[in-house]
Amino acid sequence: MVKEIEKAGIPVVHIATVVPIALTVGANRIVPAVGIPYPLGNPNLEFKAEKRLRRSIVERAFKALQTEIEDQTVFEA
Amino acid sequence: MRLELGKIRIADVQFGERTEVKESTLFVNKEELISIVLEDECIQAAKIELAKPGESVRITPVKDVLQPRVKVNGGGTVFPGVIGNKVAQVGQGRTHVLDGMAVLTVGKIMGFQEGIVDMSGIGSEYTPFSKTLNVCVVLEPVEGIEPHAYETAAREAGLKISNYIGEAGRNIEPDSIEVFETKGFIEQAALYPELPRIGYVCMLQSQGLLHDTYVYGVDAKNIIPTIMKPTEFMDGAVISGNCVASCDKIPTYLHQNDPIIEDLFKKHGTELNFMGVIITNENVFLADKERCSDAVAKLAKMMDLDGVLISEEGYGNPDTDLMMNCKKVEQQGIKTVLITDEFPGRDGKSESLADAVKEADALVSCGQGNLVITMPPMDKIIGTLEDIETMIGGYDGSLKPDGSIEAEIQIIISATSAFGCNKLAARMY
Amino acid sequence: MSKLRVVHYINNFFAGIGGEEKADIPPQEKSGAIGPGLALNKSLGDDGDIVATIICGDSYFGENFDEATEQLLEMIKAHKPDLFVAGPAFNAGRYGVACGAIAKAVEENLQIPVITGMYEENPGVDMYKKDIHIIKTGNSAADMKKSVSKMTELALKMVKCEEILGPDEEGYHTRGIRVNYFNDKRGSERAVEMILKKVKGAEYVTEYPMPDFGNVTPNPAIKDLSKIKVAVVTSGGIVPTSNPDRIESSSATKYGIYDITGLERMPAEQFTSIHGGYDRTYALEDINRVVPLDVLRDMEREGVIGSLENYFVTTTGTGTSVGNARGFGEEFSNKLLADGVEAVILTST
Repeated sequence: MVKEIEKAGIPVVHIATVVPIALTVGANRIVPAVGIPYPLGNPNLEFKAEKRLRRSIVERAFKALQTEIEDQTVFEA
Repeated sequence: MRLELGKIRIADVQFGERTEVKESTLFVNKEELISIVLEDECIQAAKIELAKPGESVRITPVKDVLQPRVKVNGGGTVFPGVIGNKVAQVGQGRTHVLDGMAVLTVGKIMGFQEGIVDMSGIGSEYTPFSKTLNVCVVLEPVEGIEPHAYETAAREAGLKISNYIGEAGRNIEPDSIEVFETKGFIEQAALYPELPRIGYVCMLQSQGLLHDTYVYGVDAKNIIPTIMKPTEFMDGAVISGNCVASCDKIPTYLHQNDPIIEDLFKKHGTELNFMGVIITNENVFLADKERCSDAVAKLAKMMDLDGVLISEEGYGNPDTDLMMNCKKVEQQGIKTVLITDEFPGRDGKSESLADAVKEADALVSCGQGNLVITMPPMDKIIGTLEDIETMIGGYDGSLKPDGSIEAEIQIIISATSAFGCNKLAARMY
Repeated sequence: MSKLRVVHYINNFFAGIGGEEKADIPPQEKSGAIGPGLALNKSLGDDGDIVATIICGDSYFGENFDEATEQLLEMIKAHKPDLFVAGPAFNAGRYGVACGAIAKAVEENLQIPVITGMYEENPGVDMYKKDIHIIKTGNSAADMKKSVSKMTELALKMVKCEEILGPDEEGYHTRGIRVNYFNDKRGSERAVEMILKKVKGAEYVTEYPMPDFGNVTPNPAIKDLSKIKVAVVTSGGIVPTSNPDRIESSSATKYGIYDITGLERMPAEQFTSIHGGYDRTYALEDINRVVPLDVLRDMEREGVIGSLENYFVTTTGTGTSVGNARGFGEEFSNKLLADGVEAVILTST
């Protein structure tokens, strides 16, 4: 789906845990997620800390959207 | 333009008092040949050696392979415009061929892209020239000779010897005669109106620095694509002046015996209408690639072709020429089939070509040139083994102490030539 | 040939330890064969015996890729195997990726034959087909017997150093490796035949398919985020509790578009996850872990982003065919464009 969104002309960032798969399916802007069942969360953290974590991942996702790239790029922490 | 090609079957080659053909045996006078070669001041010594199919003989480094032919009538001579030959247009009348033998020019390498011909063993399975009776001209250039001068000297030696030996076929009655004819476009099209009009786009190596081809003596770097009759090739209008990777190389012999022209003629008049050949080059400048591919597409359209076969000599940046030719011809509504070899690395896992376009959906593969094989030692070496490890396809350790050679098949002359002269192919596993 | 020592790798589910809730188990091993290993042992017959089964949770592997591969490699090495078999993974994506990664590591480090099996849409196929042989399987464990049998056949050939033939003969996914062979006809003759077919409009098969230029050029970066309308798309299968559109929990044939107007965060009472491919416990506790609505609303309020689209798009990522996913993507992208969406965050589980 991510390629179709990109093809339509909408910049898209893919938040996914298994980065190699995101690369294979053709996402251009990739942000590694926390875990498969909780990409933007961590049940081991207390609620406020978890929300801060979620916020930092989403902020990184927006940073990726604001970064010019030529090829597939993984935006690590 | 109508050519009668008379093939004189050569079943054996021997040294003799005179250079002549007698009952299917070609005799060559060693001293005569050597003196012809030594007319060139750039060459200080020469040897003539014979190699026959099945012998335990390794010939290396091989520069060019040529076939002795002679123009019996029809105007002009074979190899027009070079070595002092008349430059008149060729391709008609009658030409005799010494069929089953070849002339090889051999000597210390000038670049690093000359190759091997093994007359037996696994290496012989990959080259067409293990099946020909070979007259090898082994040259020794003068000390300190400049590479371009050496290349010219070797090229001219090969042409002169082939010319000379070809004369022996002038008055011999051929064992078979085949007639090839290509009329003017309108007449040709009208002759078989129901059959698809097929053309052949022949890409000539022209990268400079010992990678050149000559058309009527003109350096192919300087040509703009043009149209030729297939029979002009049979009379040696196009000759090789290059040392491109051996496996990929189109030696003069293959320009004279172009398998694409042969196979198109085989179906000419029955399944297709072979309209002619468009030649183009492979220059090192993007502007040239654009200019020439535009011209190829324009000419194909002017000829009103339904389809073309496109061959390539060499690999790397010429893959871009190949793809440009393909794309632009297809954009004219003309179908294309590309013939090329591949270089996907020794494990076969990388991309085979340096460039690709989606229009290139019909491709014939002549095999992958990176495959490593081990060729057994041979009893006799014509030439020298000292350059093996620097030749393309060879590497440190290629030449084993026992004389066997472990190298990529790139090192074997015409192993994967993109004229499709061999049965070697590649498939996807 | 003496009896082969075989090590078998399977995941939490096939080891009978548990489903998604156990996908986080770390590497462990059991002696002998378990689960599908029994079928594998039977197939091997007198030729081989599974000496150990190595197990790892699919999520654990996915989240600890390098360390898990190392750990599992050490465990496998200790058994001095002659042959390594992974899966078959059928269409399970994480499992397939794990099988491929471990098989590749075993082959490189132990230099023994390795084999696995996967369905064509398993991402593990594209990722590892060049490194190892992957037998073609059906898309579910219903194909176990046939898959195991094909895997064993090819594995034994590899052990005996017999010539491995092409993908069609041996039943493995095309690897993308070019291999020379001698055809009956010379290249020029094949070319003439091919052009005649092509001009007639008849079918022909190219001898070298052009490489797949699947990748799409990245869109230019966003200049001013504070003016942009953002939308969320997820493959995590988040839907309204009643799943009104009946989106499947696997191999989705549809996608949904659901309203989030006025919601400050994703409420667990109104939404659920129907994705069958991951442990939904955590998502059900807090849907925002998959669709981060709470932080997006914060950022909207703060003016970091211009606005958030008042719906999100969802489907189930597991098992969903590439073709279907492509179709969804094309369709809803049109709607996103029409609605003025200028950036998308796509979350996957």
